[in-house]
Amino acid sequence: MKKVFALALAMLMVLSLAVGCGGTGTTGTGTGDSAGEEATGSVYYLNFKPEQDGAWQKLAADYTAKTGVPVTVVTAASGTYETTLGAEIAKDEPPTLFQVNGPNGLKNWVDYCYDLSGSPVAGELTSDSFALKSADGALCGIGYVIESYGIIANKTLLAQAGYAVEDIASFADLKKVAEDITARKDELGFAAFSSTGMDSSSDWRFKTHLANLPIYFEYQADGINSTETIKGDFLDNYRQIFDLYINNSTCAPAELSAKTVDDSRNEFLAGEAVFFQNGSWEYGALTAEGAYTDDDLAMIPIYVGAGDEAKQGLCTGTENYWCVNKNASEADIKATLDFMYWCVTSDEGTAALANEMGFVIPFKGAAESPNLFVKQDAAMTAEGKVPVSWNFTTMPSEEWKNMLGTALTAYAADQSDANWDAVVKAFVDNWAAEYALLNG
Amino acid sequence: MEKALRKWFPVFVLPTLAAFIVGFIWPFLQALYLSFCKFTTVDNASWAGFGNYIKALTDDTFSYSFLFTVAFVIVATVLINGIAFMLALVLTRSIRGTNIFRTVFFLPNLIGGIVLGYIWNILINALLSKFALPLIALNTTAGFWGLVVMLCWQQIGYMMIIYIAGLQNVPPELLEASQIDGANRLQTLLRVKLPMVMPSITICLFLTITNCFKLFDQNLSLTGGAPGHDTEMLALNIYNTFYARSGPQWKGIGQAKAVIFSILVVGIALFQLRATRSKEVQQ
Repeated sequence: MKKVFALALAMLMVLSLAVGCGGTGTTGTGTGDSAGEEATGSVYYLNFKPEQDGAWQKLAADYTAKTGVPVTVVTAASGTYETTLGAEIAKDEPPTLFQVNGPNGLKNWVDYCYDLSGSPVAGELTSDSFALKSADGALCGIGYVIESYGIIANKTLLAQAGYAVEDIASFADLKKVAEDITARKDELGFAAFSSTGMDSSSDWRFKTHLANLPIYFEYQADGINSTETIKGDFLDNYRQIFDLYINNSTCAPAELSAKTVDDSRNEFLAGEAVFFQNGSWEYGALTAEGAYTDDDLAMIPIYVGAGDEAKQGLCTGTENYWCVNKNASEADIKATLDFMYWCVTSDEGTAALANEMGFVIPFKGAAESPNLFVKQDAAMTAEGKVPVSWNFTTMPSEEWKNMLGTALTAYAADQSDANWDAVVKAFVDNWAAEYALLNG
Repeated sequence: MEKALRKWFPVFVLPTLAAFIVGFIWPFLQALYLSFCKFTTVDNASWAGFGNYIKALTDDTFSYSFLFTVAFVIVATVLINGIAFMLALVLTRSIRGTNIFRTVFFLPNLIGGIVLGYIWNILINALLSKFALPLIALNTTAGFWGLVVMLCWQQIGYMMIIYIAGLQNVPPELLEASQIDGANRLQTLLRVKLPMVMPSITICLFLTITNCFKLFDQNLSLTGGAPGHDTEMLALNIYNTFYARSGPQWKGIGQAKAVIFSILVVGIALFQLRATRSKEVQQ
């Protein structure tokens, strides 16, 4: 009897172990219905943008209902895309559709990218500049969303201060307006800029997006698209705009190191600040629950006092490139290509991308997006303004951005020349050092 | 009984052994192999040889984070065990409400590391801004002591429970005998109680040293290594090597660091176990 009991107990232990392992093996992958998979293939999309998860799930369900092809959409938690992709792609049922963030992001995943040259979806691209190619010329990624960023302005508050967005057409104008608002801060009851948060949730707005401007102007001046050694010719302009942000803000510069992007957005939503540097992806959050309407908002270019400011547009580009996993089965690759094609050409697909996700997509069949900032970008381009391209995809590494962020944070707390020299060093010297490591 | 045990032991060992092989031995061997490779994910590795180890060992941030970690381990281990042992001494006396105190001291251990890091980040920043000092993201000293204080707060209760169990197991006849021999309180503590709780000290030291070495989530959420790499401990340094740089070569270097790291931790833990075991007395 005892033996039987012991044996039963041991069996139970083995069983619970097996169940435990089995459970962890399948969570998260969310594989599609395996029946009939051989015949039609299936799609597994590892989505980068958490704010669009719901819309993607719905679009995937619609596609499955229409065609019977199972589409699984899994969204990586914010900031964990690379880790999630690394784990998922090694599994038995890896993502068939994933994304990289540009040429340097591609270096990690180039071995997994199916060559999209000649695929129907690639033929729909409006411009070759949205095609991401590897060193040997294979078409590895397709930019699927165009986004713009700049300084989002609260027109209502700006009017209270006695200005209009049209008054701001250069760095000098911006400086005048911001400093005037700061001088009358107590009387007006709001500040010029929402906090320039340097917490890791927010510092990308400055170490990546704002840092794009000195890089852009240097590339323009030198007529290049990328470099292994940056000179930092426009870093004085970078300092000007950063000084303006941090000294005309809702809080003291020394407190910025702990401010998050939510803090900054909430200040803007609460009407504590007129300006908020961010992008078209914020449109949903700013207009949700009737916080603001299109009449309250406008996006103005980030003027830094360089180049032809009269012709400067918003910073417009993409860091979201779709890649197809070449290690997936042939049927799955075909299903994935069909799904991508459907998303960017069909009425349902383009409507969902434009209306529900608020995307402007660089494909011929794109539907018009209701996103105000995106419309403004189109209007500015139509007026003959030149959009500032996204060159931060050529930044050598996350490490470079992190070091720049640290130097900027230290500078914000104590605006000495020595601290700015550290920023310059992090920008120029570290660029070359990180490029050497990237290629080494 | 003995015979039955000998006959049946595989049945009892097998599940644990299987789990150990699947969950530890096999991944470790795979990790060992990958540390010599250039790879993006575990199944597309290509051989790269010893270069990864050379690059790992010549990386300044790695050696810095090693020194930072060692300093942290020493300070935190001494503080955690010292305070936990004192609390255990106090709470094994017959005073009112010992159970409430034990529960209260143990509670922080139930909160997850990431949450704890963010909470302490806010607390420490509030304190620093009150004294107009640079906030934690710019303040290496505050980062170091913040980590120490947070880990103490979290771990003291757990170690205290182990010490209490050890102290309660000191045979009363020994205490009585020492009293009759005229030993004072300090002598009883040092000559009788301390040798008798050596097994608890062994286990507590083992837990704190390994926990401190492996500290990751609290480090990530409290300081994130900021400023720069100045408060980055070994585990976070390995993580950043893996994910903050592009290119498959960095995964191999990160892996090599991870292998060095595990050998280091195992080595130190074994040394510590041997050193404190030899001080244990047979009851």
